[in-house]
Amino acid sequence: MSAEHLSLNVKTAFDGFDIDIAETLTLDGATAIFGASGAGKTTLMRSIAGFQTPQSGRIALGDEAWFDSAQKINLPAWRRPAGYMFQDGRLFAHLTVRGNLAFADQRSPGGQYARDHIVDAFALAPLLDRRVTSLSGGECQRVALARTLLSRPRLLLLDEPLAALDRKRKSEILPYLKDLPQRFGAPTLFVSHDIEEVAQLADNILLLANGRVDAYGAAADIISMLDLEPVTGRYDASTLLEGRVAGHDQSLRLTRVALGGAIITMPINDRLADGDAVRLRIRAQDVAIATTKPEGISIRNALPGAVHAITEQSGTAFAEIFIDIGDACLRSRITRASVADLGLAEGMPVYALIKSVSFDGRLS
Amino acid sequence: MPDLGPLWLTLGLAASTTAILLLLGAPFAWWLAQTRSPFKPVLEAITALPLVLPPTVIGFYLLIALNPTAPIGAFWVTLTGDTLTFSFAGLVVASVIYSLPFMVQPLQSAFEAIGRGPMEAAASLRASPLDAFFTVAAPLSARGFITASVLTFAHTIGEFGVVLMVGGNIPGRTKVVSIAIYEHVETLRYAQAHVLSAVLLIFSFLVLLFVYAANKRYPVHVG
Repeated sequence: MSAEHLSLNVKTAFDGFDIDIAETLTLDGATAIFGASGAGKTTLMRSIAGFQTPQSGRIALGDEAWFDSAQKINLPAWRRPAGYMFQDGRLFAHLTVRGNLAFADQRSPGGQYARDHIVDAFALAPLLDRRVTSLSGGECQRVALARTLLSRPRLLLLDEPLAALDRKRKSEILPYLKDLPQRFGAPTLFVSHDIEEVAQLADNILLLANGRVDAYGAAADIISMLDLEPVTGRYDASTLLEGRVAGHDQSLRLTRVALGGAIITMPINDRLADGDAVRLRIRAQDVAIATTKPEGISIRNALPGAVHAITEQSGTAFAEIFIDIGDACLRSRITRASVADLGLAEGMPVYALIKSVSFDGRLS
Repeated sequence: MPDLGPLWLTLGLAASTTAILLLLGAPFAWWLAQTRSPFKPVLEAITALPLVLPPTVIGFYLLIALNPTAPIGAFWVTLTGDTLTFSFAGLVVASVIYSLPFMVQPLQSAFEAIGRGPMEAAASLRASPLDAFFTVAAPLSARGFITASVLTFAHTIGEFGVVLMVGGNIPGRTKVVSIAIYEHVETLRYAQAHVLSAVLLIFSFLVLLFVYAANKRYPVHVG
């Protein structure tokens, strides 16, 4: 099946915020619409779905115009073959899970997959007779996704499908989302402001900033443009490390976490007990590098390691250094000038100075 | 035993009024809940007028508008051969206007409580607006419909001033319970007045009990 195209030309302005997005998307697999809040992601999605009308422009799937201000075409939302999955699911509270699925199925033009197939694929059989108010957040999103698929849309629009879920629930839903384009032949557009989510799901990325298209292309290419700072509002590259709680210092209010042989200290987290497995996140911009063991410095966490790789980001002041600390690889973001001054090279022994660590979750 | 004719007439009047107001009030309340028109407050204020005006004011204007020499009254005479004033049809028209806020306001707040969310979800699943109204909005507002219908029915039963002015006191045609009670008291037939009053009192209490109990049982849908 050759990929369809979605032509977007959306101009709209309200409350001093204006949006002018023009791009033709190749609907091949999953496309992430990524950007900071206020970048115009939701406005774009709602305009494609027909929930709001741009002031001017054109939205067309293939040759089929859904909106065209010049030709005065504006298909109402219910006539557009787009399925929209909302952040909060928006299941119908007066119907059971079965009723919600039937609602979509009965109004769909029919399609390549049967209702039972979807029920199986999303493991919904045990939920069918439940009231939707009794579902957990993860179950709710699974039903919502199944319901959207049962209307057999030609284009799936997912508005932050994981935002309302905690990490555990996210990992429940993620496999289903990954499967969508291949299993159900449904090209997908999804909104996200979480780079990890995007990295896991997207084949292509449409990068928005301040209501404009910043970049569009294959996910790997866009993600490798590491300087996402203007888009996300912060530098997001980071390392996830797994370790074990090795004790608390109540008087100094610190928690010690063992990472392999090394010990990291961080502000105390009273909910953790000795021996708990935890995941820590260390942002690349919070890791500095020293070539000798530093003394007379306020930074407490200095881990010995060796430079594993150096990636210079051409066109920017920065380079990314991967430091092998034994059990894991830390990412560090320093200026290219520092790389030259320190004479960094692969294999060189260094100390990774960690300015701050965030606690990312307890592992069961 | 008093004549129970007025009781049946009253129930018939309340049932017709509720049925007509459901048909007219639901679309109007839906429009009020959805619209961004600048005229919305004007229409809301007009809808609420029967709540504050003395029934005699409404009765007086209706008498003027419905009498056979006025355009509406005359049109009705040519259509049916009967007058709107001092007839059952006239009472229904008067009651529809008098009870309008009791139908529209609970429905409007029920529709507003649903919000746009479920309707957008329905639209994304290919349901037309009319389809979505009957299959999503209406069931989600079921409690609003029950409250509005019960209040409209009960309020119509309790009418006095408007009915008296527009309908008079014609047995079998316009003599409803409240007027029958008034007449019994005026003519010092307290026994009959007692019976009808007690019937109305108990009925009204049961209706309100039902509304409050229903609101307690399904606290989710209507805000």
